This record gives sequence, structure tokens and C-alpha cells, in this order.
Amino acid sequence: MSILMTLRIAFKALGRNKMRTALTMLGMIIGVAAVIAVVALGTGAQQMIEDQVKTAGTNLITIRAGSAQGAGGVRGGAGSSSRLTPEDAAMLRQLPELEHVAESIQSRQQLIVANQNWNTSVEGTNVDMPAIRSWPVKYGSFFTDEDVRAAAKVLVLGSNVSDKLFGEGVDPTDTQIRVRNQVFKIVGVMSTKGAGTGAQSMDDQVFTPYTTVMKKLIGQTYISQIYVSALSADEIDTAAAAVTAALRVSHGTSSPEDDDFMVQTLEDIVALRSQTTNTMKSLLAGIAGVSLVVGGIGIMNIMLVSVTERTREIGLRLAIGARSGDVLLQFLIEAVVISIAGGGFGIAIGYLVALFLNNYQGMAAIVPYNAVVTAVGFSAAIGIFFGFYPARKAAGLDPIDALRFE
Amino acid sequence: MSVIAVRDLTKVYRMGDHEVRALRGVSLSIEPGEFVAVTGPSGSGKSTFMHITGCLDRPSSGVYELDGRDVSKLPKDELAQVRNQKIGFVFQGFNLLSRTSAIDNVELPLLYRSKNTFRTSERHQRALRVLDAVGLGQRYHHMPNQLSGGQQQRVAIARALINEPSLILADEPTGNLDTRTSIEVMGIFQRLNREQGITVVLITHEMDIAEYGTRLIRFRDGRVVADQAVLHRRNAAEELEALPPPEPDQIPPPPADEHAAAH
Repeated sequence: MSILMTLRIAFKALGRNKMRTALTMLGMIIGVAAVIAVVALGTGAQQMIEDQVKTAGTNLITIRAGSAQGAGGVRGGAGSSSRLTPEDAAMLRQLPELEHVAESIQSRQQLIVANQNWNTSVEGTNVDMPAIRSWPVKYGSFFTDEDVRAAAKVLVLGSNVSDKLFGEGVDPTDTQIRVRNQVFKIVGVMSTKGAGTGAQSMDDQVFTPYTTVMKKLIGQTYISQIYVSALSADEIDTAAAAVTAALRVSHGTSSPEDDDFMVQTLEDIVALRSQTTNTMKSLLAGIAGVSLVVGGIGIMNIMLVSVTERTREIGLRLAIGARSGDVLLQFLIEAVVISIAGGGFGIAIGYLVALFLNNYQGMAAIVPYNAVVTAVGFSAAIGIFFGFYPARKAAGLDPIDALRFE
Repeated sequence: MSVIAVRDLTKVYRMGDHEVRALRGVSLSIEPGEFVAVTGPSGSGKSTFMHITGCLDRPSSGVYELDGRDVSKLPKDELAQVRNQKIGFVFQGFNLLSRTSAIDNVELPLLYRSKNTFRTSERHQRALRVLDAVGLGQRYHHMPNQLSGGQQQRVAIARALINEPSLILADEPTGNLDTRTSIEVMGIFQRLNREQGITVVLITHEMDIAEYGTRLIRFRDGRVVADQAVLHRRNAAEELEALPPPEPDQIPPPPADEHAAAH
């Protein structure tokens, strides 16, 4: 008998018990829908992180101060070293692989203007910062080289800070503002950038020359980071290597273990963050996968009941000329049809859930095509795996006993 | 050439520790066109005989030739094809697929043909032809639960006929039917046997049903104890004519009955 006939027979048999077929399918539908929705959410979250990181500039390299080695081998944490200095930045400026170099030093300060105040991060940087982050100003202008040399008391506000202190849509350029009892002048406001790579919004900070932070705000002779940009995103690895080599020479270290600095590309940061979401995604998909297995067991259960209930039917089929292989195939196809159809509906529902989350819940959910293909393949595999035992039981029946079965 | 030729057929079952010798050497042959009734008390071996002649089971020893071919040692899958091509089964419990129309039930054996398969339209035509031959009327698309017992048995007989078998094996076909319907069903067998020369082997424990056949074989303790022609053969068509017409609330007899009664 041809496989086409067997398919026909299996479909007819399923059609004879539509309610049961539908209920059995439900297990698969829920399982597959859950997996698809979870994977879509995970993929969406990952995509969001990548996008966010990309807004920071794809050819960005961050050099952080490493840990300080104290007396007796006591080591401080990352950034505790005081060996990253403006001189390092000046040296890096000479490298042909780099386009921009910006020193960075942070301080948290209370900003006061009239009767408003706001506590935020003061980022000491230099004039290259807008170019490195590809971040234009909205009002006024960024501070100048002259300001950096003079350690001038000028501030460029993040858009959030500007909104909090002056209200939305107000241009506060040239306003006086007090920071640590010193009067600063606001020279500009950055455009809105959105969430950054960290927990904090990129827009909730203010910029001032790094020299100003070092000399006027915290009195420190070293800096905590240097941001540099490679000539292009493709040359980021060579640039990172050049930076590492140059710093090793100037810091007199020879092996990676001795390095008192860290060179991170955006790729490293993306990889680190993706790892977290990936773990979450796998965990959730695993839980959803359990429901798939439960759905498969549901199929096996129903198929076993079905085989018992249809013993006389099987006996009759054998009597009128079905070979045990035909019966095996019929029940296997029934199970696979249930699981694949369930998988198909599950994908559709999962897709709708993702669509709903996207449009009404503001969550990023992307259904990856390979997840759909995997879901279909997995459904078929579950059908075959959990359908095989009942099918073999059906095929192994003796026609005489099966016909007599009450 | 005989339809069925068996020599020294034995069948031994193992039931735990002891053996059950269901058949202890049966030799007989059945010729084309015969209407053989096989009777005997339960445990006489008539069911085992039917299972072996129906190729549902294989003998422990002995030879079984069906249509001249020794089928006593065929592997399972080949036996399945022999059943499909050569034997039409009719059971006591009809064994129709539920929620499946009469015509689909009748077509079922065609789906299990391994060679010379038919197209859908051919299958339909064949099914309609055999359904007309058993007189189901226009109820081709009725489900079994919409049919009376007699009508269900007609569908089952049509199913047995569809592959044009050499032999129809009817196992207590009237066991679930009332007297009148039993006579109707036996009338169909008699007509098929007489008009189309179909060989019928009827297994029954009811002597009055056995008397519709031309030959009576009686089993006892795994042996044939009597094998003789039926002396006073009953004629279902004539008996039906003599019976009062069915009560009005019953399902009216299909047209084929009138046709059979005309003979």
C-alpha cells in the first residue's frame, strides 16, 4: 500500500474523532507557542541591546584602568589603579590607527540652579566625545580645546538633566549653574540619546572638560577611562591591538596578567551583555520546552488509549489485508499529524503573542525563522518519538485476538 | 481445482503448562461454488479451522492450499495480502468503522491492495456496484449508527465482496440479528452463491442457519465428525415471501429484497 493511502487512512481516522484530536493537539499548541513567544522575546531583548550598544558607536574602544597592586600583594578592584593618565591619552593620540581619543573621569555632583537641584554624574571628557559617540548637541555647542586647556568651568548638559532643571523644551545655554559651590556656565545641551549600555540613561549626565574635573572638582591626577575610536568598525581589532601594545610599552608591562589596564571593544561589551540574555533565554525556552515534552507525553497517552479503544478496528484492518507495517505507519502518521499540526498552530499563536507584545506592550519580540524551522522539526520528532510506542503496540496485535476484543 | 484443500491440518496452542490441541488432523476440500456450513459446539475447533482457512493463523502442521497455492507457511505480510485478495470476511459484530460512511467502509479493502491499485473514481464505482449487489438502496453515505443491524451486515458483505475474493468466510453472520433479518442476510449469501457462483463458508452453531448451505461439515474435538450434503435445504427467498411484511415502524426492506423475492 502506498504512503499516500496510509496518509488518507490516518487523516480519516483523525477526522473521525475531531474533539479528541483537537484536545491532543492543544498540548503541542501551548508548548510550541510558549517556546516561540519566549524565544521571540529573548531575541528581541538581544537585538535591543545590540542596537543600544551600536548607538554608542560601533568603532568605540574603551581603555579602563586596571586593578592597583598594593603593598603585600593586596589588589584593588578594576579602576583602582592610578596609572591611567592624561599622558597615556596624549601618547595614544599619536597612534595612526585611532581617529579620536577622549579622556574620561567621573564624579557625582549636586547641580543647583535657582530653586532646582539634581544629583547626576559629571563626566570629564574632551572635545572628541561627541565625535566618538556620534552624539550631536541640541542647543548651544560643545566645549572647546581652549576650555580643556584652561580647565574652564563650563558644562554641557544631558537632555534629561536639562529637562529636570529647566523644564522640557527650554534652552538653558549661557545660564549659570552651581556645582560644588562653584559657578559653572552652561554652554550646550546634548541631543537625546536614550538608554546606554549600563543601567543609567545616557541622557542623565553632564559633560565638562576632564581637566576641570581633575583640578576643580575632585583634585585627582589620574583618569579612569580613555575612550578611543578606530578609523572604521572593520579596523577595530587592529586598533585595539595597537592600543594594548602602546600601553604595554609605556607602562612597562609585558604579559596580559601584568596589565594594569583593560582594553574593551564594543563587541566585548555586546558579548558580555548577550551572555546574560542568552542565559535567560535558554532558561525560559527550557521551561517552555518542558511543556512541549508534556504535550508529547499527552500524544502518547491519547494514542495508547486510542489503540486500545480501536483494537477491533485494528483487527478488522489486519483481517482485510493490512500488514502490520501499514498499521504501524497509520498510527505513527496520526501521531505526527497531531504534533505537526499542533506545532503549526503553536507557531501561529506564538507569532501572534510576539506581535501583541510588540504593538501593545512595547516589548521587543522578534520571531527568528530558525526557531520556526526548529519548532516544526521538533514537533515532528516528538510525534515520531511519542507515537512510536503506541503504533508498535497497534502493529503487534494479533488479528484474531484483536477481532475478539470487547 | 479446489478453493480450499487441507490435509492433516493440526493446530496446537500452548496455554501455560498444558497444550490445547484445537485441530487434530483435518482433511477436506471445498470446491468452487459450494455453500458450506461449518458447525460444531464451542471448543470443537471450528473457529480454529476458520482462522486457518481465513489465513489469520497458520497451522502447526499439515498443508493448506488456497486456490491451489500452499499458504500454510507464508510469512505474515504475505498472508495479509492473501486475505486481501482471496478472502472476504463477514463477522458476527459487523466490524464496520464507526463514523465512516457505508461507501468508505466498503472501499477499505481496496486501500490495502499492494498491486493493481485503483483510482478514487474506480474505487467509488466498485463500491457502489457491490453495495447495489447486497441491496443497501441509496444509503451509500449513511454512517453505521444510522443503519439497522441488517443493513450494517449488508455493508459488511459488500466490503467482503469488493476485492472479488475466491471465498467468503462468514463467522456467525446472523448471531446479532433477529429472525427476519437473519433470513434476509442468508438470502443475500444464497443469491450471491447461486447467481455469481461465489464460494461461501459459513461458520455457525445454529443448525437452522446451517441448513441454508449445500453442504454441512460438523466439527467435534478438533476433528471432522460429519461431512454431508444438506438434505432439506432452506430457501431464504421463499421463506421471506411467506413471512408477514415487516411492521411499519421498521426500516423498510431495501429494494434488493423484492428483487430476491421475485426469484
